[in-house]
Amino acid sequence: MITKRIIPCLDVRDGRVVKGVNFLDVKDVDSPVALGSYYSSAGADELVFYDITASVEGRKLFTDILREVASTIFIPLTVGGGINTVDDFDRVLKCGADKVSVNSGAIANPSLIDEAAKRYGDQCVVLSVDMKRVDGEFHVFAKGGTQDTGMEALSWIKQGVDRGAGELVINSIDTDGVRGGFDIEMLQAVCDIVSVPVIASGGAGCEEDFVELFKSIPTIDAGLAASIFHFGDVKIEHLKETLAAAGIPMRIVR
Amino acid sequence: MDNVQPRISIIDYGVGNLFSLASSFTSVGADVEIISDPAQVANAQRIILPGVGAFGDAIDKLRSTGMADAVISATSDGVPLLGICLGMQLLFDVSYEYGEHKGLGLIPGAVRPIAEVIDPALKIPHIGWNALHFVRDDNPLFAEVNEGDHVYFVHSYYAADCEESLVATTDYSVELTAAVARGNVYGCQFHPEKSGEIGLRIVRAFCGEGFVRC
Repeated sequence: MITKRIIPCLDVRDGRVVKGVNFLDVKDVDSPVALGSYYSSAGADELVFYDITASVEGRKLFTDILREVASTIFIPLTVGGGINTVDDFDRVLKCGADKVSVNSGAIANPSLIDEAAKRYGDQCVVLSVDMKRVDGEFHVFAKGGTQDTGMEALSWIKQGVDRGAGELVINSIDTDGVRGGFDIEMLQAVCDIVSVPVIASGGAGCEEDFVELFKSIPTIDAGLAASIFHFGDVKIEHLKETLAAAGIPMRIVR
Repeated sequence: MDNVQPRISIIDYGVGNLFSLASSFTSVGADVEIISDPAQVANAQRIILPGVGAFGDAIDKLRSTGMADAVISATSDGVPLLGICLGMQLLFDVSYEYGEHKGLGLIPGAVRPIAEVIDPALKIPHIGWNALHFVRDDNPLFAEVNEGDHVYFVHSYYAADCEESLVATTDYSVELTAAVARGNVYGCQFHPEKSGEIGLRIVRAFCGEGFVRC
């Protein structure tokens, strides 16, 4: 049976891993290479590596950092941040990324999803969506979660999957950084309308939040978090043991 | 590992990205060369046939570049070959991915859509970490891998009708082919270069003394 995935997210700025609370108050944490390697040994099933400043300031990813990460860590690696063109896909894939996550770039130019899926395959294209409740519906936010696009999120997600996105990262701005648990209602709404893998992001504060996620939404594929892993509040080895004991299929690294 | 650094030749025929694959072999101490000229295949010690994307495009590129003939010739000379993911599927007689395509014919069997056999409620592609179930325990490539160890899969097609060469399967509502071997020709449906420490044990094994031209 395929296992549920636990994914630490490494938000990177100036070659360092950072994590903003509600995307604003950014703190320095550690080196991407050291953290990535640590997580890989600890049993992380995948790593997500975002250049968080890229979409705000148009900065390019630090591809030599990426190359260093990818040459020392042999688990699947998703890269995002500043991906606006198929050439951007090419650039990060050549540096060792397995999947590429698009967000603002796809909002500005939705056909980027089609072009990339056609060239690299659906499995390579991850649509990352920052969502927030606005006037009783879910809206898509752009530019690192700072700008309300006014777009209704579920129809955007459907469109993205129809265009060829092979996986979704759903980040709830409402719960991000709050550590009160994943946004079950929002995630369920997404899982109800798509059949591609869905990665839950935003809100995890403790092990029980992951248990609740996988128990509440059996079709969710993965749980993603950053600061709780970086600061050691939740240890991945222990989290996976807890989930396995709760009956969730897990890859346990011995 | 011998005193002489093992040399790994990764076939580059214009599909997919070889960075992680090359890095994984470098990390276990191998001398990795990426080869795109069929003439280099004849001198290879160990060959890796990678691949992502569609079977039809891949086999066309292998044939048009002369790589298909070079690979078949090298394996008949006893050079160990490991096909990974689509590279494993290319080893079979035929694939039914978008039509019908003749493969390299190094291992008897056919490549078919997993949609034909799995529980329709399951997602396609079969993507993520899944456990290996060994139907043979004596394969040197998996000497350091145990029953139930997890490896990373990404695929929508699977190798069927290959019982004679089957080494391991994985459970996705049905048992799907995970690894095959026939003489000096080996194949993994999963990605050893993305399967963490377990994957590196396979990478390391392929660099070992058991895998030399016979």
